[in-house]
Amino acid sequence: MAHEHEHDHDHPHAEISVSEMPGYYEVMETAIRELLIDKQLITGNDIRHQIEVLDSRTPALGAKVVARAWVDAAFRERLLADGRAACEELGISFYDDTRLIVLENTETVHNLIVCTLCSCYPRPVLGLPPDWYKLKPYRARAVSEPRIVLAEFGTIIPDDVEVRVSDSTAAVRYLVLPRRPEATDDYSEEQLAGLVTRDAMIGVIPVTLGMEN
Amino acid sequence: MPNHLPSQSRIPGIVPALNEWPSFSPGDRVRVASRSPIGHYRVPVYLRGMTGTVVSIIEPVMVDNETEGYGQNAGSRRHYYRVSFRLRTIWAAYSGAPADELRIEIFETWLERI
Repeated sequence: MAHEHEHDHDHPHAEISVSEMPGYYEVMETAIRELLIDKQLITGNDIRHQIEVLDSRTPALGAKVVARAWVDAAFRERLLADGRAACEELGISFYDDTRLIVLENTETVHNLIVCTLCSCYPRPVLGLPPDWYKLKPYRARAVSEPRIVLAEFGTIIPDDVEVRVSDSTAAVRYLVLPRRPEATDDYSEEQLAGLVTRDAMIGVIPVTLGMEN
Repeated sequence: MPNHLPSQSRIPGIVPALNEWPSFSPGDRVRVASRSPIGHYRVPVYLRGMTGTVVSIIEPVMVDNETEGYGQNAGSRRHYYRVSFRLRTIWAAYSGAPADELRIEIFETWLERI
């Protein structure tokens, strides 16, 4: 229930608080969390720490992997052979024990990733997925009309380029290795990493110089 | 008995554990089982009964995610396979290019040889 209080200032505004009742799944999550802590299977600090782990993963890590692959052909080969091992070389740990397959975009293949069943995502290298990635319209349409979804992101794939959608559903996660933009020969690895966005590593847009800050 | 590892990586007389060696090889044509289990599953309904091609064997062997979902973290390990399907064969009305593909990892117990 909303707390009533006198206002000194002259404009009305909503109380800054959570006033809605928690939903079904939120109640279930709270109940299970409290039970696990009560039974001493995990501690509150374990949960806090795991949130810290998740928060430490951002698309900047994936961008670093992509830029390294662009400048180092041997690394690129190792990355395509075993994505996880190559990321681990750069110090990126796989705290969730998933495998990683890196999908290389080429002149003839454009890759797109999705999780139709839920929200599987390469969190160790990209952090948390964007909301649209978890919503049903993207999940359903990415596998049934990928070219139309891509066009809505402004990405038009010519008909002679294969669109290859990877649906991550179990123990494997995917990361798209975008094509290196032209006219970047004199860029440093760090400058290249600055061009690589989260959406390009999901595969909904290419990497372009226009994204540069 | 699965017998699909390249022959050069086998030594006569060596017997693998059950399910240690993959049952399918890259290039094999496979059908996704069309059963409908109740509870936790990791094979989307839109692919049940569909025909595809094994692209690669995903190493190492892993516990089935579907049983892991119920807390069974040990026991029968098998391979996942990366399997490709033509989007045109999945969706009759697919309007994109004929070569467009879907790829997905599928646990061995869901695949049938054809």
